[in-house]
Amino acid sequence: MRGAIALTGLALAVAAFSAAAEDAGQIKTAQGTVQIERDGQRIAAVPGTHVLQSDSIITGEDGTVGVTLADNSRLSIGPNTVMSLDKYAFDTTTYKGQMDASLKKGTIVVISGKLVKQTPGSMRIHTPASIMGVRGTKFIVHVAEPSS
Amino acid sequence: MGALVYTLLLAAFVVFGGPAHPVAEETVVVLPGEHGKIGGVVVHRGSQEIVLDKAYASSYLGLDGVLQRKQASAEEVQELFGKTVAALPAPPASYVLYFVMGSDTLTAESDSRLQEVLAEIRKRPVPDVLLIGHTDTVGGTKANDLLSRQRAERVRDILVDAGIKVNRIVVTGRGERDLLVPTGDDVEEARNRGVEINVR
Repeated sequence: MRGAIALTGLALAVAAFSAAAEDAGQIKTAQGTVQIERDGQRIAAVPGTHVLQSDSIITGEDGTVGVTLADNSRLSIGPNTVMSLDKYAFDTTTYKGQMDASLKKGTIVVISGKLVKQTPGSMRIHTPASIMGVRGTKFIVHVAEPSS
Repeated sequence: MGALVYTLLLAAFVVFGGPAHPVAEETVVVLPGEHGKIGGVVVHRGSQEIVLDKAYASSYLGLDGVLQRKQASAEEVQELFGKTVAALPAPPASYVLYFVMGSDTLTAESDSRLQEVLAEIRKRPVPDVLLIGHTDTVGGTKANDLLSRQRAERVRDILVDAGIKVNRIVVTGRGERDLLVPTGDDVEEARNRGVEINVR
């Protein structure tokens, strides 16, 4: 019984934490199949949909999507892509913060914004086999389909 | 003897202790900057590191796990990644509109720039507009906080009257806390009596 209460408490705490997840940015362009995976649920992503920390963005064969983040960084995600925004924090007063995104497969284009301008290296893109530290630029990262 | 063991251990680390072999090829390409400036990207893989800081500088990681430096071209990028590049959102635009001293009335010059701001907002399918009001250092902090907010709200009302949805607009007032042009206290400065408009 006590265990059940503790579990319920934990679930509530997790739910509260999720609700308070950082609003990282917004989808500005979307074509084809684009979904956001959040808390185990998949929702369709359309222009105007907010992107939160911990979201994964998943595109189909015909899908592309463009996102503007709170620090004016911009991001586009190409077809057949899985990318998760593992961490996003941006202080609108000091411009300090941190961004970590993981590209599991597919293609992304990134234009760094105020975060990286304030603190070079504060944006990192992780791929299955390497890590990119961003000093300020526009760049492409592509991870091919795993070879079998 | 000790040195030999150390060398063998080091060799073992190099052979077996490095990062696991990749299961997919990875490519990174730096594109020309929008303002001509390229700070660059540093690609790390275990102890390997490549700095890409020129237009079309590229790295390639093959299934052998070796990170290599390459050079891409505009044509290659267009062919392989053109569709993804085309999905980038429009760059943010910013403006400052100025106010008559002590009031929330736009100067005549700023009033005539409103159409330009509206055109930029209307170009975007889902615009976000951030309005940040400012004052000069004449008057008290509290009064200036209020005035700066009133100025930003005045711009909001004008935008809403012109058909921009109110839920796409965020309004803040910075008073004299965040001067557009630094001055001492109690200084009249027309360039500090502005509302910054950020359109995304």
